[in-house]
Amino acid sequence: MADLAWFWCAAACVKVLLAPAYRSTDFEVHRHWLALTSSLPISQWYVDASSPWTLDYPPLFAYFEFLLSIPAAIVDPAIVDIRNLGYEAESVVLFQRLSVVFADLSLLVGAGLIARRLSGGKRRLVYALILWSPALIIVDHVHFQYNGLLLGVLLLSLALLTEGRDLEGGLAFAVLICSKHLFAIAAPVYFVYLLRHYCSGRGIWRDLGRFLKMGAVVGVVAAVSFGPFLYHGQMKQVFYRLFPFGRGLCHAYWAPNFWVFYIILDKFMAFFLRKFGYPVEIPSASFTGGLVGSSSPFAVLPQVTPAVSLVLVIVGMSPCLVRVWKKPEPRHVVRWVSYAYTCGFIFGWHVHEKASLHFVIPLAVIAADSLEDAGHYFLLATGDLLLFDVPLLFGPEEYPVKLLLLLIHSIIVLSSLSPLFSGKVSQEDVPTTTTAAVGPAGMWYLAGFAAVEVWGQLLHPLLLGDRLPFLPLMLVSTYCAFGMVYSWTWQLRRILAAG
Amino acid sequence: MGRRRKESPTAGEVEEERPPYFFGAASTSMVRILAVSLFALLVRVLVALGPYSGRRRPPMYGDYEAQRHWMEITIHTPPSEWYRNTSSNDLAYWGLDYPPLTAYQSYVHGRLFLQPFVPDSVALFLSRGFESSKSKLLMRWTVLSSDLLVFFPAALCFVFIYFGRRIRRGRGDGSVTHEWLLAMILLNPCLILIDHGHFQYNCISLGFMIGAVAAILSGRELLGSFLFCLSLNHKQMSAYYAPAFFAHLLGKCLRRHNPILSVMKLAIVVLATFVLMWWPYLYSLDAAREVLSRLAPFERGIYEDYVANFWCSTSTLIKWKMRFTVKSLKLFSLCATVISFLPSTVQQIKSPSNHGFLHALLNSSFSFYLFSYQVHEKSILLPLIPASLLALEEPTAFGWLTYHALFSMFPLLRRDGLTLQYGALLSLFGLIYRLPIEVHGRRRPRIPWKLQTVMALSSFSSALLHLVYLIVRPPRRYPFLFEALIMALCFAQFVILAIYSNIRQWTLRDASPGFPSEKKKI
Repeated sequence: MADLAWFWCAAACVKVLLAPAYRSTDFEVHRHWLALTSSLPISQWYVDASSPWTLDYPPLFAYFEFLLSIPAAIVDPAIVDIRNLGYEAESVVLFQRLSVVFADLSLLVGAGLIARRLSGGKRRLVYALILWSPALIIVDHVHFQYNGLLLGVLLLSLALLTEGRDLEGGLAFAVLICSKHLFAIAAPVYFVYLLRHYCSGRGIWRDLGRFLKMGAVVGVVAAVSFGPFLYHGQMKQVFYRLFPFGRGLCHAYWAPNFWVFYIILDKFMAFFLRKFGYPVEIPSASFTGGLVGSSSPFAVLPQVTPAVSLVLVIVGMSPCLVRVWKKPEPRHVVRWVSYAYTCGFIFGWHVHEKASLHFVIPLAVIAADSLEDAGHYFLLATGDLLLFDVPLLFGPEEYPVKLLLLLIHSIIVLSSLSPLFSGKVSQEDVPTTTTAAVGPAGMWYLAGFAAVEVWGQLLHPLLLGDRLPFLPLMLVSTYCAFGMVYSWTWQLRRILAAG
Repeated sequence: MGRRRKESPTAGEVEEERPPYFFGAASTSMVRILAVSLFALLVRVLVALGPYSGRRRPPMYGDYEAQRHWMEITIHTPPSEWYRNTSSNDLAYWGLDYPPLTAYQSYVHGRLFLQPFVPDSVALFLSRGFESSKSKLLMRWTVLSSDLLVFFPAALCFVFIYFGRRIRRGRGDGSVTHEWLLAMILLNPCLILIDHGHFQYNCISLGFMIGAVAAILSGRELLGSFLFCLSLNHKQMSAYYAPAFFAHLLGKCLRRHNPILSVMKLAIVVLATFVLMWWPYLYSLDAAREVLSRLAPFERGIYEDYVANFWCSTSTLIKWKMRFTVKSLKLFSLCATVISFLPSTVQQIKSPSNHGFLHALLNSSFSFYLFSYQVHEKSILLPLIPASLLALEEPTAFGWLTYHALFSMFPLLRRDGLTLQYGALLSLFGLIYRLPIEVHGRRRPRIPWKLQTVMALSSFSSALLHLVYLIVRPPRRYPFLFEALIMALCFAQFVILAIYSNIRQWTLRDASPGFPSEKKKI
């Protein structure tokens, strides 16, 4: 317990120091939600349009913002004034920044529970990887989000499942989904696992009883969250706000997933086909814009709709679901759920880079399992951090922070490889163990990261100035996409190979 | 991101007994030191995100504007005019009041960092009060780069010399003593907040000072003298250490075969360094006097703002400024300072030792801080640095001093808007300080419970005072009541620590275990 508290407090000090750093529009989004939930009655929460930042998280998160708005009003009533758009005084900055730091207590609980069974050194490695995750720190405490809060609940749910407490784990997951619906991608895994592990093998009546019990628990959570809106007849409006399918296949900055390759393939084919004289139209729609009727942003390849993307996600998850159905063992739950989120990331619709946190953080727990897992995690985490580049981390003042966090984090991971995974104190030095963990190909891939970063930050502005501004981002996305897709296949292999 | 320690599962160790922060393989010692250094740099970069002194406060602004102004002056006027009141250089608006090395450093920084990228920030006259995010970034990087070039290498040298061969051989027992010492030196909260928050360049002069100490500890006295002269020529406050350096080196010279030759060699190095630094001002006595008058502004009074030294703290009982003239106060402070550092210097001349030298530095700087003329709150850095070098020998005293040194700077930092950074750095320092480390093969000595209760009471009252100062409005009759209380509390602790350190210096055994053994040569 003492070391858990120590790790959390040390991280909290660093997070507090980040208070004056750059804030993205997400800061104003959350301030507006504080004002919204505080000033308006519940029937107006999903209807109000006084700001472009409408509520697009499920009701439990809205309740959280409501609870937060109570002390906010005491600190500075102007924070919760709904007309006060773009309020940026010192009071609101301090209040919101500190609220994220305290919300990370959820991460403390989640990490503490999930690493409880591990031995000393490995436990501390997991603490360091989760509580000091550079990607999480940057997204939550610079860009501004509450991922720590939600990921803590996810870890809690996973910890409960691995300890065999299925009912509580299911409850935690239900709470999670009703706080951020994006986490529902792992619902198939949860459903199959709970069905096979909790609701079977004890005779038909007891199984049915348990099924109903689980259903009741989930039902209660859903009722508490969506009940008021069902009462006001606003379910359709809520659904519309939660799932804005008017957005395009890709976010403005392409997340490094499968669609990056699809788009590039489409562009190449269009280019070559035109060269050979085939009439290929230049598409009018864009990837980032919405679906406009039947026009497709793709020149050659078939159009992609949200339904297609969903089908692909399910198809990607299916080998894992089969494995869960056959052998629902608690000890593999974390791997399965991480894999589900990875599939969601790779094939999902309008995926943000921040969604990578959903599988990178649980994989940190796996990193303590073996040298190969640790090496894979290191590759993934490094690449992930690289992603959070210009779009998320504006300002030359913050860039050294990201770089230093990355370097320190790398040192932490790499220098704990040798003592933790070689049985006894070994004289092997860091480069040797790193190569053993990551593999020679991995080492080259890491070197590539450095090259891509140097190009994006240094060479591109120097050599090309303002021309082709999208090029560095495209480069980062594509390069990381290779890594992400590799991680997806690697995870699948590990799942299928596991006993 | 802090430093993580992973446990090494050596055979026969019961896991839960060992404190949870040990690393494994000994060969990763260099890696751990790298991690500590990177973290120290990260903390500096984070503090640099915050506000600086005098931000958006015309007409005079603060130290940030002063440094910017010096860059402006040194770029656009010739060296002979830097310390003189001319049409281009108005000494009333932040005139240079540090020795020439600061001026040269301002020139280099102005030319390399500011002028190429934001020339408007250092344009003559027009750039007064210039503030922009780009120039702030560049100014912050002048301090960060100076820190990296001077302070970090000096601290690393000191740690390597302190531990001697033990680092290279590596230790398989997983203890982290030398990383902890490095962290105590590099993560000094006062230094980081002043240099990278408030905005100053103490890292340069203090870095040279640490380098000088490291050189002298390893027997390279000429190099040490040179480095100390550089430190002195960067900020005249390094003179607080002069008695200790003088006494230790004299004591060492007297033990040599040919003491006069050794003294001569040192004198030549010192003289040559000064001549080099003051070269543009040596053409006439007047020019030199001009510079000197800027370095010692006696007209400003025996103390300015509230500072935790003798004169300010006793001013409630004896109104020094009203009762005595400047001349008599100068005499009083001179006598008091000399009397207080005399025992320590005598001890070093009599029997110089490395451990004693560090204590002498601490004692000498304390004497000056407590009794000297025109002392600023920031000068508490000067005793704090030798205390951090002694962190392993005197952990309790060092921790106590750091906390109160930081507390004595609280009013200053609050005026700068750095309260948040203050709290974060104090907590961070506390977390790392409290790591149970092994000192010389045994654990930290336990403090007797009576002392513990007294310390706990004092900590509680100072914590309360923090809150009171932040929240409560002072009574109209005594608007500076809380500052005075804070300074009085810190002054009491400083006196106790100074007395303790003096006693320790006299009662030391010649060569403590773990200290680099004296070189027996010449």
